[in-house]
Amino acid sequence: MHPAIQGIITIVLGVGGCVGYFYFSNLILDKVIFPASGSNIGRNINRANLIRPWLFLGPAFLALGLYLAYPVYETMRLSLIDRDAGNAFVGLANYKQMVGEPKFWEALRNNFLWLLIVPAAATAFGLLAAQLTDRISWGNLAKSLIFMPMAISFVGAGVIWKLVYETRPADAEQIGILNALYIYFGGTDPQTWLTIPFWNNFFLMIVLVWIQTGFAMVILSAAIRGIPEDTIEAAIIDGAGPFQIFFKIKVPQIMGTILVVWTTVTLVVLKVFDIVFAMTNGQWETQVLANYMFDKLFRANDWGIGSASAMVIMLLVTPILVWNVVNARRELR
Amino acid sequence: MANLKLKDVGKAYGGTVEVLKDINLDIKQGELIVFVGPSGCGKSTLLRMIAGLEKITTGTLEIDDLMVNDVPPAQRGIAMVFQSYALYPHMTVRDNMSFALKIAKKSRDEIDAAVNKAAKILQLEPYLDRLPKALSGGQRQRVAIGRSIVRDPKVYLFDEPLSNLDAALRVATRIEIAQLKESMPESTMVYVTHDQVEAMTLASRIVVLANKGIAQVGSPLDLYERPENEFVAQFIGSPAMNLLPGEIIGTGAQTTVKMADGGTAVSNVPTTDADMGLAVNVGARPEDMVAAEGNALFEGKVNIVEALGEVTVLYFEPAGAADPVIAKLPGIQHDMRGKSVRLTADPSKVHLFSNGQSLLYR
Repeated sequence: MHPAIQGIITIVLGVGGCVGYFYFSNLILDKVIFPASGSNIGRNINRANLIRPWLFLGPAFLALGLYLAYPVYETMRLSLIDRDAGNAFVGLANYKQMVGEPKFWEALRNNFLWLLIVPAAATAFGLLAAQLTDRISWGNLAKSLIFMPMAISFVGAGVIWKLVYETRPADAEQIGILNALYIYFGGTDPQTWLTIPFWNNFFLMIVLVWIQTGFAMVILSAAIRGIPEDTIEAAIIDGAGPFQIFFKIKVPQIMGTILVVWTTVTLVVLKVFDIVFAMTNGQWETQVLANYMFDKLFRANDWGIGSASAMVIMLLVTPILVWNVVNARRELR
Repeated sequence: MANLKLKDVGKAYGGTVEVLKDINLDIKQGELIVFVGPSGCGKSTLLRMIAGLEKITTGTLEIDDLMVNDVPPAQRGIAMVFQSYALYPHMTVRDNMSFALKIAKKSRDEIDAAVNKAAKILQLEPYLDRLPKALSGGQRQRVAIGRSIVRDPKVYLFDEPLSNLDAALRVATRIEIAQLKESMPESTMVYVTHDQVEAMTLASRIVVLANKGIAQVGSPLDLYERPENEFVAQFIGSPAMNLLPGEIIGTGAQTTVKMADGGTAVSNVPTTDADMGLAVNVGARPEDMVAAEGNALFEGKVNIVEALGEVTVLYFEPAGAADPVIAKLPGIQHDMRGKSVRLTADPSKVHLFSNGQSLLYR
């Protein structure tokens, strides 16, 4: 069968199945189990309405349980056993082995570096872009351009930036723009940027900042639009200059949104994998936790340590996730 | 504490849409000037031009004989109270009030003294450490006023400061503003409102804006008793002044008008022989209408009765007129509906307009 037809059939079956599930499950509830007729009509309607929410929530619960809750449990279990020793329970041995590895500490250190820099930079650039494009005629065009990297996959972005950092032999023409500029401004030997330890981390971070700035800008731009105009006019009359208006009047009023953006980017950063995988694969001291986990789990086939590192990532993400949700809810109110 | 002088001031958006033109106005120190007018007449725009939030397209604005067209708002020595209060939501009351002084790099002691003084005047002392969201509408407006006071401006500008308050608070705050003005007799204030009660009660002079310009400037009672034109006559006073067509048949110190529907009106507005036969609109306020013994200015059948106890408002629907004729009779009047009534007004309270302009101002 032609794959397109297969696709269409899948879509029809999937959507039809969902519609059918909600329609028929409600029908059965209302007509068969608790019919809205006969002597117990009032009681039946009440009971049907008690059950109905669960009909709607059911599929979501099932899917989340199967694809989220169960994997968490299974990962935790795997992190506590040794497959080579016949799935024997080994306690925290995997964790012990993991913290004994310098590569793990390198990944943890790099993750914290990412955590410190990328959310701050993406939010700051996003805020700057949002403010600067707020009142100009071609602001929307500028915003579209800044937002565009959001549409590129992390791997795609990694490939693009790998070309930016590309190195060619000294006698050849440099096709990587960074080396081209480096040579143009008097550098002698083209640099292999991604192999310069420590600093190469920042070259990778730029990619994520480049992607996330658009996201931050769009959200913050909407927040800036929502600031009451008169508070700004009042500040003008009070004698505040543009910088004072921005930092003392505008930014405090959108602080809640800034926090939500910050934490959202932080979550992305904690899970960063694709960029590192596509550009350096963790070599030259650029390892991060998610890539470390991938290496252990699928390259070294060490399920114990792989799962243990996955648990570490989850542990780091959870509090920020909770904070993010709390902040976002407060913003909605 | 300053004089304000507007000379041929005009405002146009994009060079084509003209909203105000040829505004000439002298505001003296210590006056409370109220701008009133129908919505969209540009009264807020004019205030914002004085504040410096809108550019002045033509003409000049002087504060204390200094041309300030291009002076930024903060250096004009003005303070403004906004309709929506415009408090900084993330700052406490104290910080809201001290913001301008902090920007101006005043010393801590100076700031504290100014804020505490303003808080005392406005009874805001218990709320100084609260955020605006924890205050009621009236308190917020007081903070906004306090924010102006601490700056000790030459001119206070109020942009419909009471319209976000409910009716009871509006009255209370209006009285507070009147007391505030009394406690600072030297300060100059410009106040924009669409509420003529606010205008009448607060103003030393009212500026009625209409048709891109000033319709009349004068003390509240001046505008009420001697309106220059039909617009002001109908805008000031509620319900609006009745205007009925007629023709002058007797001139002199008193003028006699034969009404279009047959009655006769006598007015104390003097006319000359040249006015004989002039078509005029006779204006009489509803509250000046009284039952006629002899000559009737108007005769009609009562259409609607509004009995308010204190007064009884009668509505007539004269044939061919767009607006109803209204009479406000004192006290309670029984069984007026459908009754034919003859009404007149004291000659001193009958206005004459020709082509929209009062014959009093020729």
